[in-house]
Amino acid sequence: MLSIENITHSIDAWLNSAFNPTVALLLEYLIVGLFAISLFAILGLVLVLMERKVSAYMQVRLGPNRVGPGGSLQTVADTLKLAMKEGLTPDGADKFLFNLAPYVVIAVAMMILAPIAFAKGTQLWDLNIGVLYITAVSSLSVIGILMAGWASNNKYSLLGAMRSGAQIVSYELSAGLSVISIVVLTGSLRISDIIASQQDGWWLFKGHVPAFIAFIIFIIAITAETNRAPFDLAEAESELTAGFHTEYSGMKFALFFLAEYVNIFIVCGIAATLFLGGWMPLHIGHWTAFNHVMDYIPSSLWFLGKIFTLIFVIMWFRWTFPRLRIDQLLNLEWKYLLPISIVNLLLITLIAIEGWHF
Amino acid sequence: MIEELSTTEQGDLVINVGPQHPSTHGVLHLVITLNGETIKKVEPHLGYIHRSIEKMCESLSYRQFIYVTSRMDYLSSHINNHGCALCVEKGLQIEVPPRAKVIRVLMDELTRLASHQLWWGAMAMDVGALTPFFHAFREREAINDIMEETCGARLTMNYMVPGGVMADIHPNFQRKVKEFLSFFHTKIDEYDELVTDNVIFKNRMAGVGHLSPEDAISYGCTGPTARGSGVSCDIRKLYPYEVYGDLQFEEISEKGGDCFARYLVRMQEMRQSIKIIEQLIDNIPGGEHLAKTKAVLKLPKGEFYSRVETARGEFGVYIISEGGTTPYRIKFRSPGFSNLSALDHMAKGHKIGDLVAIMGTLDLVIPDIDR
Repeated sequence: MLSIENITHSIDAWLNSAFNPTVALLLEYLIVGLFAISLFAILGLVLVLMERKVSAYMQVRLGPNRVGPGGSLQTVADTLKLAMKEGLTPDGADKFLFNLAPYVVIAVAMMILAPIAFAKGTQLWDLNIGVLYITAVSSLSVIGILMAGWASNNKYSLLGAMRSGAQIVSYELSAGLSVISIVVLTGSLRISDIIASQQDGWWLFKGHVPAFIAFIIFIIAITAETNRAPFDLAEAESELTAGFHTEYSGMKFALFFLAEYVNIFIVCGIAATLFLGGWMPLHIGHWTAFNHVMDYIPSSLWFLGKIFTLIFVIMWFRWTFPRLRIDQLLNLEWKYLLPISIVNLLLITLIAIEGWHF
Repeated sequence: MIEELSTTEQGDLVINVGPQHPSTHGVLHLVITLNGETIKKVEPHLGYIHRSIEKMCESLSYRQFIYVTSRMDYLSSHINNHGCALCVEKGLQIEVPPRAKVIRVLMDELTRLASHQLWWGAMAMDVGALTPFFHAFREREAINDIMEETCGARLTMNYMVPGGVMADIHPNFQRKVKEFLSFFHTKIDEYDELVTDNVIFKNRMAGVGHLSPEDAISYGCTGPTARGSGVSCDIRKLYPYEVYGDLQFEEISEKGGDCFARYLVRMQEMRQSIKIIEQLIDNIPGGEHLAKTKAVLKLPKGEFYSRVETARGEFGVYIISEGGTTPYRIKFRSPGFSNLSALDHMAKGHKIGDLVAIMGTLDLVIPDIDR
């Protein structure tokens, strides 16, 4: 069966036989870099189109349907339009920080991509503290947003950035605690170990109710961390026009936009890895025939399928719920989610110690 | 506390919301003073779309000036026209044929439905839910089609003339209205399911922008805004015009005084409008749709006032006539202006997000405020 693992191994073997090891390694870095950038571009195109189609479906309309078959090239046209627009820097803005901010946000999104396992044996960097790395790096994106809001010299931007700061810092706690509960169950911070531990069943099912609660809290927290509705206060367009990226135009705006969608992909990828077994196929106990059939579906498809299901759920939130107010948003985190996560973590620790999980 | 809040101090953030802003629904300009996210002061600046409609009306004949009023509250254009027609008829003592009376009321209630539908969608959009807007527009489209068939226009219908309505209803009118009602019955339940019962929405609305009955009266609020505070002010009930006196419907009022109360008033008013239309649609009397009037209308010397209940509140028309073919002076009492004046009182001490929600429940139409 053709799998991505075989392809990566054969490329590695061929490069090492054709060049000396240093050059081969450099070339591999180059390939990985190109892979990351092209993945970004493709994800941006696919997810923006998906969002527009999903929203159209929810709103009883057709969505983009003119450019390309079924509107599939609409995002390409939009990107070209944005690329040709003038990248305006407003008067009185801090030019250096203003222009740097989008790159900070996008660089952070790219960095989180590193430890994610896309398929069996396809992982850019399987470092031993993978989960810690993800939580640490993902909290950096708030710096880019605060930078953008502050440097824009615009009150709307500033308010949006401040909201975003308060929001991301708060929801990081719940997200972190949910992540830790899986780490407690697995006993490892390494992504490949976490996936391997779910070979006979996903943590969502193995960890009883507490794992389920942790999953729900994680989904809420990542929706908030990516500034998606109903937690899109940072850019609440009916209140703050466009929040922290009000003053951005052209490609700099496109980078923020791209980072938002890539971030959704990444956080859904993390959720899929931690709770839904990453690229592991769905196995049910002793149903050998069923498990064999499931094994025939390529692991990359499993992973992408899980991610896109979660992305659909998050888009569904956006097009259904009204927005929370800033104080309600913080109340939800500090008064409800955080205490629940802490108690839940204790329960999971108990389960892990007693070995009650399947 | 209020004293303390009302002054601008160093460190306060003064923001211009509008005249181009997604939540002001038009060219309203609000200068808001913030302490962090908390609102200290809201100062509406008006006049961006002032067209001096009252002055224009002084040079138009009594038949012509009615059409200009469609451009004030464009979502209740039928009802505006209705108020003007009533005032002219009062002056000329024209007896409107019963068929025209019923058609007028039907059109008014359809307009009210369309206006409340649009408000519902825009209101949900203000608090961040984008989907209801499209659902509301789908239903409003059906009403616009009905209007288009009978009146020839979809937004500024200009259907009311002194003495009745301009043309008889289209043969399809009754069938289409019934079709729409049977369709809308299920949709309004869907509205409640999607938005009214939503926990986030309830939390955003409840306890926000409180307006006591005394304040509602002293600010001159009318319509659903005042009825949300428990003030009884439905002109259709208090001073019935046309056939409203003979109809079975309730004046909706809620005690809460907050955004959610105002929201509920409008949602229930939609059901009441359906009730009114259902009573009338099969009972349109035969006969003329237009009373015989002179070719040139001349109001006798004197002052005339009439009022109607638009979707936003009390709309008053005050005409001073010197006996000529044009009014000497016209004054319109538009509901939006008085309702907007209570905004500062309601928004003080709340967050920016609440300001948007409060403006949503006031259902502002800027050309109605600026005239």
